[in-house]
Amino acid sequence: MKNIVIIGNGIAGVTAARHIRKLSDHKITIISAETDYFFSRTALMYVYMGHMKFEHTQPYEKYFWKKNRIDLKRAYINQILTEAKEVVTTDAERIPYDSLIIATGSKPNKFGWPGQDLDGVQGLYSYQDLEKLEANAPNKDICNRAVIVGGGLIGIEMAEMLRTRDIPVTFLVREDSFWNGVLPSGESEMINKHIKSHHIDLRLGVNLEEITADEHGRVKAIKIAETGEIIECNVVGLTAGVSPNIDFLKESGIELGRGVKVNRLLETNAKDVYAIGDCAEQHDPIGSRRPIEAVWYTGRMMGETVAQTICGNDTEYNPGHWFNSAKFLDIEYQTYGWVFSNKSKKDNELHFHWKHPEKDMCITVAYDAITNTFLGINTFGIRMRHEVFDQWLTNKVSVAFVIEHLKEANFDPEFYTHFEKEIIRAYQVQQTINA
Amino acid sequence: MSTLQKDMSLTGQAPKSLNTTQKIGTIVGMTGLIILVLAAFNINFPNKPIWLTISLLAIVMGVAVFTKGAYGNKQEGIKNDGVWFKSISSRGFLAWLAGIALTGFYIVLYFFAELLGLGVDGAANTGLISLFDPLSRFLNGGQASQWFVYGTLYTIAILAFGYKFINKYKHNRYEQLRTASVMFFQTAFAFVIPELMARLNTDDFSLPYNDLKNMWPLNYYAFDQWRVDELINAQTVGIVFLIFGILSIFVVSPILTYKYGKRWYCSWVCGCGGLAETAGDAFRQLSDKSMNAWKIERWVIHSVLVFSVVMTTAVISTYLGYDDSKYWLTKDVFLTGVAVFLGLLFAAIWYFKRDELAKDAQYGAIGYLVVVLSLIGIHYASSSTLFLFEAGTLRTVYGFLIGSVFSGVIGTGFYPIFGNRVWCRMGCPMAAILGMQQRLFSKFRITTNGGQCISCGNCSTYCEMGIDVRAYAQKGENIIRSSCVGCGVCSAVCPRGVLKLENDSQDGRINPTEVLLGNDVDLMELMNHNK
Repeated sequence: MKNIVIIGNGIAGVTAARHIRKLSDHKITIISAETDYFFSRTALMYVYMGHMKFEHTQPYEKYFWKKNRIDLKRAYINQILTEAKEVVTTDAERIPYDSLIIATGSKPNKFGWPGQDLDGVQGLYSYQDLEKLEANAPNKDICNRAVIVGGGLIGIEMAEMLRTRDIPVTFLVREDSFWNGVLPSGESEMINKHIKSHHIDLRLGVNLEEITADEHGRVKAIKIAETGEIIECNVVGLTAGVSPNIDFLKESGIELGRGVKVNRLLETNAKDVYAIGDCAEQHDPIGSRRPIEAVWYTGRMMGETVAQTICGNDTEYNPGHWFNSAKFLDIEYQTYGWVFSNKSKKDNELHFHWKHPEKDMCITVAYDAITNTFLGINTFGIRMRHEVFDQWLTNKVSVAFVIEHLKEANFDPEFYTHFEKEIIRAYQVQQTINA
Repeated sequence: MSTLQKDMSLTGQAPKSLNTTQKIGTIVGMTGLIILVLAAFNINFPNKPIWLTISLLAIVMGVAVFTKGAYGNKQEGIKNDGVWFKSISSRGFLAWLAGIALTGFYIVLYFFAELLGLGVDGAANTGLISLFDPLSRFLNGGQASQWFVYGTLYTIAILAFGYKFINKYKHNRYEQLRTASVMFFQTAFAFVIPELMARLNTDDFSLPYNDLKNMWPLNYYAFDQWRVDELINAQTVGIVFLIFGILSIFVVSPILTYKYGKRWYCSWVCGCGGLAETAGDAFRQLSDKSMNAWKIERWVIHSVLVFSVVMTTAVISTYLGYDDSKYWLTKDVFLTGVAVFLGLLFAAIWYFKRDELAKDAQYGAIGYLVVVLSLIGIHYASSSTLFLFEAGTLRTVYGFLIGSVFSGVIGTGFYPIFGNRVWCRMGCPMAAILGMQQRLFSKFRITTNGGQCISCGNCSTYCEMGIDVRAYAQKGENIIRSSCVGCGVCSAVCPRGVLKLENDSQDGRINPTEVLLGNDVDLMELMNHNK
């Protein structure tokens, strides 16, 4: 029986623990400084918005941990002794391990902006961030305006959250269109409009110069670099991406890049030390995936995989076709396969784009210019079936096949209006023009 | 600077406040209610038709104006902002107030109707009930009863809050159609048609109040002697109704449940479900999702089913027994028939589904045993006695405990505390039967969309039946639960498009998975199939 210690009780660490328990009788301890119990980080926004209470974000009842003999420990680890095979808490408690899994997730990026550590400046990642936001922006009387810096998925979520309490929001986005490093232009433009329709003051193509303080050391205003405009505010949300939460490993001898360097077995350079989830960095990217993937499901998959290896069945992390999803205010987004933005796509990638004439609905299908092979799809406002697209990507079907069979992949609730006919027609028109 | 508060539900401010339109709506609606309350306290309104119209219109208009205030200026999408900040929807002071008021109303309605002004022994109505006399005369030709008052208010509630629900889910056709359906069935089948049919009654022809969609065993008095007698005496029409009632249970319902799951009834047709989905919608998040609640649910609802079957069999066999000249069916044939039917049913389930059932099969066996022993008891009972109880007593106890206290006082009165489907989840014997079929012999399931789930918990939070939907979704597993009424809200509130209510083939319907779609294909094979 091995003694397995997991640092971090997020989706990656908890999935690893669950699967190790399924496969073995090893002793399992999960250590977290953040919360007593596992919760869904992605759901924190719904607590602030009043859709859920914090307890609803916890997927397992308390009995679950005892029943599955997974010990939970609340502590902050600031040292790993790979030779002695021990981790050390801030209270200098030494906890021995036979196998160690580092699953410490991410922290919000800060780019050295003047004033980035003032009171009222915060990211939105952890439970503590949620508590901070509740204190910083309980309502529009205490928070007259919030400025959000960074136009990604967390930024738009934070804007949505604050708007549910009628707090005016200015949203600074460095790119000239929202998330257009990832989204093709048609989609990005649709989201721009949707953000504005929610009375969010969206500023495109601007950077933060500095955050200034009042006499109590609290944020008072921000200054936009390009225009010099000063915007008074009580809260600044820093949402310019996340990076691995690994500062505590600097002295450990474990090889670090931006994240903890791991091979395909998710092993670090230190014996019996593994890293999974947001904090892990692949030596070489897998397919078109990034070496660090801060995505919910990749954390889960790495947990599933590392459990196999630790329980004696060496298994490489081998994620299948890329997929993801998000929600931009009222618009649901799903993606299967790869659809690159206008900025990052290669020459061989062509796009077919269809947008509903009035509603916030569109799809973009990427395909190979020469072979016509289907590469990927983005859908907005239309749900698609993961299994079907996974199969189509494996079978390398053609773009024409996908358009023709789109109905089979539809996952919208019953009685929803379908747009396959319009999409097929638009596709035929595009083909005629191209021919 | 404000201090940190651990309980988030106490700190939110903006989303819990009502806007001006909502406030006006509340005042208008409350005015309508106050008129009814004043009438109940014997304030004599001079022109009853006008005051009744004003009152009911005010209630409907109030809800409509509130709806406009709540959703009028918003874009299509999920409208759950501030649900856990508002007193009424998070077990706050207003919720307890509403719960106590509703419970009180049900107690008075069921047990002290004279307090509402019911004229006893042919006396004229007074108070609240007399206010409804004009409408009652207009529809059925007679004066109002407490049940007429209740039926009217019930229908008004479903219509007004149904309108609100339809506006809440502007983007979701499934929710809209389903709500339109319960509004229609309540208004037409449970209210207008039976009331109008009462006009046909004369001295030598009389039909029992017949809500065509209200099936046994939800309608526990469906086969009471007086009803069956009336139906038989009403000749063709009555016999047609009686046969329709029996066919509904043994033919129509199994076919529809096989094709669509129990939702065809519970969230598209049923009146109890109709009220829960409309007036009760604001309370759906209060249902208990714990494993303990699920355990209690399974014991309680199936016990009620057993109770209901035994009670109905006892009641029917009693009147078949002492009145055998009147019915071609004799007590012995009937009892044997029930025993054989249940025996075959149970044997079939055991034979076809024993693997899926495992431990549940034992519980089923216990339930079956209780029923059969009871049947034997009824058979050897000298007259109308079952063991120590009279069949009539059994019927009365059932009517009191299950029909009134459970479905009414607890089921609806406690909406704001325990959620809107307590009765449907814990008590309804009809739901138990449909649920058993849904679990074992149905095409219906909620499909989980591969690996897209992020475990956020919106689905579980807003499941009115207390199903921990997320527990399945995050495992990539389809949701096949006997209690699911197919309201579709889990699918609606999911931010990642993970859930879809579907009718499809039974193959692969139940798909326990360990590793989800998206990970290494070999690993998926290993974990999902080699177990």
